[in-house]
Amino acid sequence: MNWIVNNLGLIGELTLEHLRLSVVPIVLGFVIAIPLGWVAWRYRVTRGLVLTVAGLLYTIPSLALFVVLPPLLGIPFLSELNVTIALTLYAIALMARAAADAFGSVDPGVRQSATAVGYSAWRRFWEVEFPLAGPVLLAGLRVVAVGTIALVTVGILIGVESLGYLFTNGLQRRIVEEVFAGVLATAALALVVDGALQLVGRAVMPWARRAPSRTRAVSS
Amino acid sequence: MGPKGPLAHAGGVVMTLFFDAFAWILANLGPAGEGELWTRIGEHVLYSLVSVAIAAAIAIPAGYLIGHTGRGREIAVAISGAARALPSFGLILFFVLLLGTFGVGLGVRVAAGSYIAFVILAIPSILAGAYAGLEAIDRSTISAARAIGMTEWQILRKVEVPLGLPLLIGGLRSATLQVVATATLAAYVNLGGLGFDIIQGLPLRRYDQMLGAALLVVALAFALDALFGLAAQITERVIPDGRSAPRPRQHRAGPKWSRASSAGTPAHN
Repeated sequence: MNWIVNNLGLIGELTLEHLRLSVVPIVLGFVIAIPLGWVAWRYRVTRGLVLTVAGLLYTIPSLALFVVLPPLLGIPFLSELNVTIALTLYAIALMARAAADAFGSVDPGVRQSATAVGYSAWRRFWEVEFPLAGPVLLAGLRVVAVGTIALVTVGILIGVESLGYLFTNGLQRRIVEEVFAGVLATAALALVVDGALQLVGRAVMPWARRAPSRTRAVSS
Repeated sequence: MGPKGPLAHAGGVVMTLFFDAFAWILANLGPAGEGELWTRIGEHVLYSLVSVAIAAAIAIPAGYLIGHTGRGREIAVAISGAARALPSFGLILFFVLLLGTFGVGLGVRVAAGSYIAFVILAIPSILAGAYAGLEAIDRSTISAARAIGMTEWQILRKVEVPLGLPLLIGGLRSATLQVVATATLAAYVNLGGLGFDIIQGLPLRRYDQMLGAALLVVALAFALDALFGLAAQITERVIPDGRSAPRPRQHRAGPKWSRASSAGTPAHN
């Protein structure tokens, strides 16, 4: 425990750096996956295509993706850009499936009602489908956020510093506490971000909490 | 260069890199299949299968107990949720370091430490697949089995286990892919496997070697994924025949739908 107490400053700095590296893939993944998920939900042809590509992409081990991406995209191997793009791809792959499920979870009756009262497709998406898909989208986003934060650590193998620095440095110096601190801080950061997303979800989607009681009232 | 634009040039470089990688793979597989690369592939497959087997031996009984009794579900959900937040790379280094990196039997201790990490990472998906598979079964099917006088053990063996098989296979699939990905990182502690050529190639600046090994890891992951896909398809075909009585069509739509939608297994890589 001494090591942890003496190096709180370093752990704090790396945690912030880790958070910075995680935010871009999480946000970009979410934004890109929404239209992909919608298209996958809406049309059968694109559904197969999007879900298959997403499934295969997610199957690729991270270290292998870090090696395969640079020649394909013409980006430097030992770079933050490499890690960011790879993690964004994973986030898209996971989120697109969640988004397709989320749009599928919207009651078709509500959708038809919106069309019937004269909503345009665009307005219906933003004012009806997107908010109603919100709870399932949020559940997907939370999984993506936690997974991305855990994966950022692998970046240390190609020189991108995060809490993963504590793993390699701890092994080289043979300090178990250092590696343990890295594992603990990464998991803690993931759980804090997860909790924060849950709180944001409750604040912007108050209907998600009321929904169960309302359906119960109707059915009884 | 002549008439070639910068894009065509970049395309050429990419082709050359991949060509070199394939050349490296072929050279190291050996003309008669005696190359060292086979050892790496064998190690990688062995680590993955052994860890998943150990994890399955622990997680399947536990998952069935939870799914059958309906107790302890919150604990299982909490475990799989928390496991998603664990950095796999750090977990390996932690256990290897914990068992010690000096002295006699170093190789055994490195392997043991890595296996502990692999098993810990594989358990949540299998546990989730086992209990979710039982939970997804129509309650009336279970009640019917109980009504015709089946014992709890018979219900589990003859009804719940076969009907829950598709989701269990899904869990085993996620777990296997998770371990394949994690085993790549274990090369950092000298465990071998295909990650060895990636991590060793880095300081040597041998991009053909790194890319070749990375492509093999991807191929191995795709192949295992396809095998599990095949197993899932076979199960779907076999299970209706395994039922003692033919069921009305609308019932079959139930489990099928839940199978497709509950694919949210823990993250890997």
